[in-house]
Amino acid sequence: MAKTDTKGKKLERNGLSDDQLRAIFRNMLLQRQLDNRGFQLNRQGKVPFALGSEGHEALQAGAAMAFQRGKDLLAPYYRDLGLALGIGLTSYEILLSLFARAADHNGGRQFPNHYSSKSAGLMSFSSILAAHIPHAVGAAYAMKYRGERGRAVLVTCGDGTTSEGEWHESVNFASIHKLPIVFLVENNLWAISTPIEHQMGQPEIWKRAAGYGIPGHRFNGFDPIETYGSVNEALDRARSGGGPTLLEGMCYRFLAHSTDDNDMTYRTKEEVAAHRKEDPVPRFERVLIDHDVMSAADVEQLKRDVLRETNEATDRAEAMPYPTAADLYTHLYEGAWQPWQ
Amino acid sequence: MAVSSPTQTSQIMNNVDAVRATLYDAMKNDPRTVILGEDVGARGNVFLITKDFAKEFGPQRVIDTPIAEASIVGIAVGMAMEGLRPIAEIQFADFIYPAFNQIVGEAAKTRYRSNGEYTCPLVIRTPYGGGVRGALSHSVSIEALFYHVPGLKILAPAFPADVKGLLNAAIDDPDPVLFLEHKKTYRLIKGEVPDGHYTIPIGKANVLKEGSALSVVSYGLYVHWALEAAQQLEQEGISVEVIDLRSIRPMDKTTILQSVEKTRKLLVVHEDNKFGGIGAEISAMVAEEALFSLDAPIRRHCAPDVPAMGYAEPLEHEYMSSPAKIAEAMRELARF
Repeated sequence: MAKTDTKGKKLERNGLSDDQLRAIFRNMLLQRQLDNRGFQLNRQGKVPFALGSEGHEALQAGAAMAFQRGKDLLAPYYRDLGLALGIGLTSYEILLSLFARAADHNGGRQFPNHYSSKSAGLMSFSSILAAHIPHAVGAAYAMKYRGERGRAVLVTCGDGTTSEGEWHESVNFASIHKLPIVFLVENNLWAISTPIEHQMGQPEIWKRAAGYGIPGHRFNGFDPIETYGSVNEALDRARSGGGPTLLEGMCYRFLAHSTDDNDMTYRTKEEVAAHRKEDPVPRFERVLIDHDVMSAADVEQLKRDVLRETNEATDRAEAMPYPTAADLYTHLYEGAWQPWQ
Repeated sequence: MAVSSPTQTSQIMNNVDAVRATLYDAMKNDPRTVILGEDVGARGNVFLITKDFAKEFGPQRVIDTPIAEASIVGIAVGMAMEGLRPIAEIQFADFIYPAFNQIVGEAAKTRYRSNGEYTCPLVIRTPYGGGVRGALSHSVSIEALFYHVPGLKILAPAFPADVKGLLNAAIDDPDPVLFLEHKKTYRLIKGEVPDGHYTIPIGKANVLKEGSALSVVSYGLYVHWALEAAQQLEQEGISVEVIDLRSIRPMDKTTILQSVEKTRKLLVVHEDNKFGGIGAEISAMVAEEALFSLDAPIRRHCAPDVPAMGYAEPLEHEYMSSPAKIAEAMRELARF
């Protein structure tokens, strides 16, 4: 990972304005706060389960900045809090999902972090890895079929998912039809407890792009500006008819897989600590201060704002009602319906 | 049958023609309709069901896919979520296993898991069934693997007019439908098919022949054989009622119960294995709802509990039923 001391060097912005840089940083802080909130609520016995994306903040905030709201579609996976926030979901919506409340987009049916929002362009997905990737390809096919230039699909997954057959089938199909889609792999080096060297013989996922005849690129996912540049270029290519791209963003999963996992059974404190030194959140904070995008006081104010937002969203969501028992039976098919008629 | 056509004209067709004509109309009438599957384009499907479709509608609407069943269905799910009306084809039902998760875990749950925000209006067509020397992997029945799954609808029409009416209903349906076409009936079975667009309601069985001594419930190829056997028994003085399910999920409880309460005996006949098959659910339902109407134990005449029919003629013969075997099962139950 890159050195974090950037003072004195010209900031490579990839076209991002100060406002955009601050929005990225705000998203990163909010991710971390909401992540912590999920784990806190779990330990308080208020939610049965939470998933963290700590270590993915820069990658997701940077990628989301390249997403065009109202045009693009996002087909994410379950570790994409920052992408969900970055394309327009609110802290309140995230907390509704954590608390499994009736007002959640999924009506409290899905696990936390399995976001869905048709209005935001966020495609519903399950926990079954890679199953959403052909859905994203089908959506990209629909865009191309209808001649909708200027739209694209951003589909994400972890490194673990790239071992699934449907991942291959999907990239292959997108390549055949030159579909407007970007395959973004968030490589955090771990598939729950399985390290990258036990997942693939050739550990650079982006290199597979050559096998599909599409552009491939690896970038530092601890750097949101570099991430934005890579994802923006790929999405622009997709939107303008240039076909799919395979991107691999390098990051790290600082937390255990979920609140139900103990990562100390398969990796060491030392390994986690070594990656922590490159933690993208304080790293980007220093970049913004060093380049006078924000003052230290601005940063402190922003952190207070984010904490207040998280607290307010927590209280508001927690006060909302659960779905009722009758809600188990709705939305199976259109209309009321029984297996026997 | 809801025939919306102002004319009452009809054509004689076989089941292949009926599928083809219905798909053709769907392609003609709705630009959101796309067909995707293995060899559906230039080859026009292995049974020539989509012959010349690619020429007329273009390769972007009649999509030859790679040999990759999971993503044939998965891509169709994504198309459906994003506003198209895909008709996915699995070349043979035996090849549907790689797509199992996309059907069961994804298509069937899309509406439910998103609390109605996303829907999956998708038709998956596939030829199934034996009696064509299809061996272990070109002859299986798959309905029992899927009828356990809430969120799916499963149709298995046996007659050309039902093929058209139910395929139209499947295409119009806002939820995923698995549409099973018995491949031995493709060219064997001919019948009158009304002109014009019409649909047959999903979930309605059809009483093909009324009778008083026993009720036979079946679907697919065996419906034709059950009818033939019932006609034989009529000459022997045994009056058999024959019900064609047509729709496997949802299933028509009312028609089955009305029949059983009249005849007081039930025989379920299907080509799929007996253990955990469609007959098991029908038997349980009748036992729950009408046990005291029965004058005899419920009987099931189904395939033996082996993986599928072997390629060699005696193996296929032993696995498959026949009008004569079905007639014997009917006589046994009638005698009880």
